[in-house]
Amino acid sequence: MMQLAALIPFFPLAGFIIIGLLNKRMPKNMAAMFACAMLLISFGLSVSVFMNISGHATEIQLFSWINAGTFSASFNFLLDPLSSIFLLIITGVGFLIHIYSIGYMHDDEKHNIFFAYLNLFIFFMLVLVLGSSYLLMFVGWEGVGLSSYLLIGFWFKNNSYNNAAKKAFIMNRIGDLGFLLGIILLFITFGSSDYATIFPKAQGFMTGDSMITTITLLLFVGAIGKSAQIPLYTWLPDAMAGPTPVSALIHAATMVTAGIYMVARSGILYALAPVSMYVVALIGVVTAVFAATIALTQNDIKKVLAYSTVSQLGYMFLGLGVGAFSASVFHVMTHAFFKALLFLGAGSVIHGLGGEQDIRNMGGLRKKLPITFITFLLATLAISGIPPFSGFFSKDEILAHAFASNKIFWVLGVIGSMMTAFYMFRLLFLTFYGTYRGDEHKVHPHESPSSMTVPLIILAILSTIGGFVGVPESLGGTSQISKFLDPVFQPAQAKMMMIENSSSISEIALMGITVAVVLASILLAWYFYVSRKRVPSPEGTKLPVLTNLSYHKYYVDEIYNALITKPLDAISLFLKNIVDNKLIDGIVNATGKLTEWLSGLMRFVQTGNVDFYLLAMVIGMACIIFFKLM
Amino acid sequence: MTVYLFAILGFFAILSALMVVLTKNPIHSILYLVLTFFAIAGEYVLLNAQFLAIVNIIVYAGAIMVLFLFVVMLLNLNEETEPHKSVLRKLIAVIAAGLLLVVLVGSLKGADNMSIKPFSQNTGLIENLGKVLFNDFLLPFEVSAVLFLAAMVGAVMLGKKDIK
Amino acid sequence: MNQAIHTIPLDWYTLLSSILFCIGVMGVLFRRNAIIIFMSIELMLNAVNLLLVAFSAYHNDAAGQVFVFFTMAVAAAEIAVGLAILVVVYRNTKSTDIDVLNRLKG
Repeated sequence: MMQLAALIPFFPLAGFIIIGLLNKRMPKNMAAMFACAMLLISFGLSVSVFMNISGHATEIQLFSWINAGTFSASFNFLLDPLSSIFLLIITGVGFLIHIYSIGYMHDDEKHNIFFAYLNLFIFFMLVLVLGSSYLLMFVGWEGVGLSSYLLIGFWFKNNSYNNAAKKAFIMNRIGDLGFLLGIILLFITFGSSDYATIFPKAQGFMTGDSMITTITLLLFVGAIGKSAQIPLYTWLPDAMAGPTPVSALIHAATMVTAGIYMVARSGILYALAPVSMYVVALIGVVTAVFAATIALTQNDIKKVLAYSTVSQLGYMFLGLGVGAFSASVFHVMTHAFFKALLFLGAGSVIHGLGGEQDIRNMGGLRKKLPITFITFLLATLAISGIPPFSGFFSKDEILAHAFASNKIFWVLGVIGSMMTAFYMFRLLFLTFYGTYRGDEHKVHPHESPSSMTVPLIILAILSTIGGFVGVPESLGGTSQISKFLDPVFQPAQAKMMMIENSSSISEIALMGITVAVVLASILLAWYFYVSRKRVPSPEGTKLPVLTNLSYHKYYVDEIYNALITKPLDAISLFLKNIVDNKLIDGIVNATGKLTEWLSGLMRFVQTGNVDFYLLAMVIGMACIIFFKLM
Repeated sequence: MTVYLFAILGFFAILSALMVVLTKNPIHSILYLVLTFFAIAGEYVLLNAQFLAIVNIIVYAGAIMVLFLFVVMLLNLNEETEPHKSVLRKLIAVIAAGLLLVVLVGSLKGADNMSIKPFSQNTGLIENLGKVLFNDFLLPFEVSAVLFLAAMVGAVMLGKKDIK
Repeated sequence: MNQAIHTIPLDWYTLLSSILFCIGVMGVLFRRNAIIIFMSIELMLNAVNLLLVAFSAYHNDAAGQVFVFFTMAVAAAEIAVGLAILVVVYRNTKSTDIDVLNRLKG
């Protein structure tokens, strides 16, 4: 049965190949059905894997991939609790988003190719989480980067979308360099990139070993790129140029969580390097707060959600950094539910308004888009961390571990939660409450078709009840998800010598503080945007200093442009004009000219004069004999 | 005694050869060349290569030189029509030849002591030569017959006047 | 007889042959008339023949003299064809000057 699990990635791959090859010859409905069916089969297999999973890992050998002297790598899949959870998330949420896309992309001319690309992405993501070695993970890593590029720039006729796609790919590349260096060092240190070889061997290393620290830091650089942390996060807001299902699938639920998966998988290595853990947590919490401050003033519905994603990813890294591995994976799961729901809901609003994305032109959509409103509300409650929704349990477990490890991180985390609640409810209120601020004559807001609303409903249900698998002991629960993931993280936990959990009382107290603070910021948002009916100022008005900074994303893009892009462009121009055109072309031309010149000289030997030839012969003879003598 | 013979014959050979090159009249050149061949034939006799001496005279002096003479008469060459080279080129020619001579002599000087085998008086006699020719060198002999055929055909074809 | 022939050291024959050869070379370079050049080539061939015979006599090897046979045969054939060519050239250019034949100039 487990052997069949090896087929899980290949159904989406088959979907990609078949739909891709038959593109225009396949009717739209058939392509959509086929793609969704592939995902459904994969989901079914993932469920059966989940049921049958045992504590220890099962490795499925597929084929030997590289065999070069002492270096060998094989294509093997690893099934253990961690990968089975990710399998469920990827195929489950992916399936729902495929269904959603049937309605959303219905009128698009490149409809079939979209489904092919989606299937391709799912394939690579599955390879990423199923791979049993870092090398195979890297294959999936690169592959999802490629799919992301294809899907962000899907409407390629618009040049700014292409630039956004390029930006995403290039920033990912920068991170990938770190990842690759990390893998190389892994090879040098352990002789292989297989998990089965590395993790047992790693147990023998000293905590704080410098090689392990370097490796983990380099791997984390890759995670920074892929999961949009500071400083490589600016591609994610720009990636909103892609269709909304893409934003939901790739940039909320799955691809950006690849970094989390990688760090979680390398748990034992990180446990051996406290410095790296601290760096991970630090970058995570700083990103969480920083992105939240930017989200406070954004006016594009998708941009708010994008910065929210960056912020939530920061929380996940914070969790990993303080040793709460299963809490972070739990948050990945709940985040997939409510963030995908938020994006799909936003897509429904955009679809219903015929393409409008600016929240200043929305309002009062509660009555017109009821299902969208209810599901969006549930998701917003979840992300803000209100009990008993899913986000509460996962986020609070992370914050509890943060408190046990570093009080300052906890404080920052709580501040971030406050801001999260504020900007999410601001988004909700400005979009759905009040009166409609758009042009009634041009736009007729309407509810979306059922192919789009049914996934919304399913995800809303999951966002509501999804938290109950992780209810901590202090509230009387059994924390099933931690127990499920325990075999995977147990070696790492042992190395870290976890501080004994604080008593239930203090944990409940922490939770209470967080909830109270969050409720306060929701009330503040209500006050501003519903009672006072405040609307963000239109484009071009002068803003107060802090708001201006936040609205222009702290000018980070402009800084990068000036510091990095412009010098690189200048160097490139220099190399093209001077080195390439003058020097290299000059050398090539000079070779030609030299040959011409030499042959011009040689020409004079052919005088046609027999006399001269005879003389040359005699002298040649004399020379030959002479040199033979020597 | 032999040494004197050798010296005289050698001297004549060299002198005639020089005159071949230096006279202006082509007819005189041919005649001097005949004289050279005679001198060399004499050298052959000194070496007990009697057959070759005679053959040299018959073939070279008798046939080939006569052919040359025919052609010169045919083309009606004489002293006035003879083209000359510039002094510079003549000098270069002499220097080149001299260079070659120096190098040759130099190379031969350094040669090892050339071994000399005990003398047998049969070498060079026609009977012995015939035996060697028809036993060991039969193939080259036959092939040279083909060579003559080719030369004959070639010469006849080349000499024909174009039939308009 | 033995001593008589071998009183002349082989070196002298080599020297004589070299000198004749070089005179032939000089003749080739010295004159412009094609016929004289042919004759100088004959001179060179004879010098080589002389050397071959000398070695043959001193080494008791008849092969040397047989080789001289063949050389002479080849020389004869070569002269025949060469003079035929010369006659054709004379018919076309009315001159035996080799400097006239410079149409292959580069």
